[in-house]
Amino acid sequence: MSAFLALVGRDLALRGARGGLLLPLIFFALVAILFPFAVGPDPALLARIAGGVMWVAALLAALLPVDTLLEPDRADGTLDQFVARGTPLALVVVARTVSHWLGFAPLLLLTTLVASALLNLPAEQLPALVAGLAIGTPALAALGVLAAALTAGLRGAGGLAGLLVLPLALPVLIFGAGVLTAGPGETTAVKLLAAASLFLVAIAPIGAAAALRAALD
Amino acid sequence: MHRFANPARFLRIARVATPLCALLGLALLGLGLGWGLFYAPPDYLQGESVRILYIHVPAASLAMGGYVGVAVSAAVAFIWRHPLADVAARAVAPVGATFAAICLISGSLWGRPTWGTYWVWDARLTSMLVLFFLFLGYMALANAFDDRERGSRAAGILAIVGSVNIPIIKYSVEWWNTLHQGESIRIIGQSSIHPAMLQPLLVSWAGFSFLFAAIVLMRMRAQLADQLVAARAARLAGAHG
Repeated sequence: MSAFLALVGRDLALRGARGGLLLPLIFFALVAILFPFAVGPDPALLARIAGGVMWVAALLAALLPVDTLLEPDRADGTLDQFVARGTPLALVVVARTVSHWLGFAPLLLLTTLVASALLNLPAEQLPALVAGLAIGTPALAALGVLAAALTAGLRGAGGLAGLLVLPLALPVLIFGAGVLTAGPGETTAVKLLAAASLFLVAIAPIGAAAALRAALD
Repeated sequence: MHRFANPARFLRIARVATPLCALLGLALLGLGLGWGLFYAPPDYLQGESVRILYIHVPAASLAMGGYVGVAVSAAVAFIWRHPLADVAARAVAPVGATFAAICLISGSLWGRPTWGTYWVWDARLTSMLVLFFLFLGYMALANAFDDRERGSRAAGILAIVGSVNIPIIKYSVEWWNTLHQGESIRIIGQSSIHPAMLQPLLVSWAGFSFLFAAIVLMRMRAQLADQLVAARAARLAGAHG
């Protein structure tokens, strides 16, 4: 457990030092701001699409740092050191998932408040959006780490990571958007979102650890 | 299974099986399509446009079967380090992707006269589109690395994770579709297809399947030949260097 916490702390400190913590937020806010320019400033239209736009923006923001999630540690031999020390790669991957999530999701949830004002999100949808993003973002973080592990060692892996992850993230997006439009007392969408998110969080690190082992051979 | 693990034994069998599958496939396909396009009855509702069925339905089932083939081959290659399984997974993927594309394009052309639009976000169309992108992701990842073995293992993991996710994707898409639009479009009822249409459909399906097998065998033989050439070139370079 102490090794796990040390790993998470190290990741966060490193990303903070590299200035990577604010980038996903700025990106998220920019994507949200771009939409009114593209579809027009009609408040009714914006209110209809605001929730979905923010879900897509969150999905893309989770993918943004994929290049830097695992590749620097693989390139400079840190991961080899972990293997030599006997630290399980699965532990490294789970720690990286946690630190990736801590690195973008809590601040992103706060940014949602600003973006929802800009996009004219209906007030009654805001709790559903924040709750849905809080439940769904761990799955997005896990998929981001999976994509990082699969593409470790490739130059310009970002575009490829998008191609790999977006189909797998579809259920989270669908159920997350379903939470937005669910009426009061309807909990099906929340439950399905939680189930899909938990499932991805459970299986993605297994795949990521296997992919990392292949990358280090 | 290990009886067929030997590439030399596989090549001996494949050399005979490839033309056999190809000829059988072309013959059955010609028969099935000729029967379906010219002799089978038109649909009472859709008229002549229903004939696209004889291409669309086999393509859809082979695209789905192709992904299962990729995932199973990838799992075998990953678990037992079976040398031919990786060759098979790589050989099946582009063929499966092509059939998914044929299914999407033929469905789109079929949709224009019958539904009045090239594309609707129907659950089945959406699932097939996602499947197409899963194929593309597998192929892109498998070919992205200089080291073939590394690409195979990364893409294999992706295929396995993808196959585990397919039921969830399929279910979520169906749930999403029923959420957003009340009625769903059903191309064919459960068992309402008439034998006069079913028989040519089965023949053309068998023809497409044999053709699929023949193309996969050809691609596998080409990959093995490439490996042989690379190994020989490396040996020659070693001898002269």
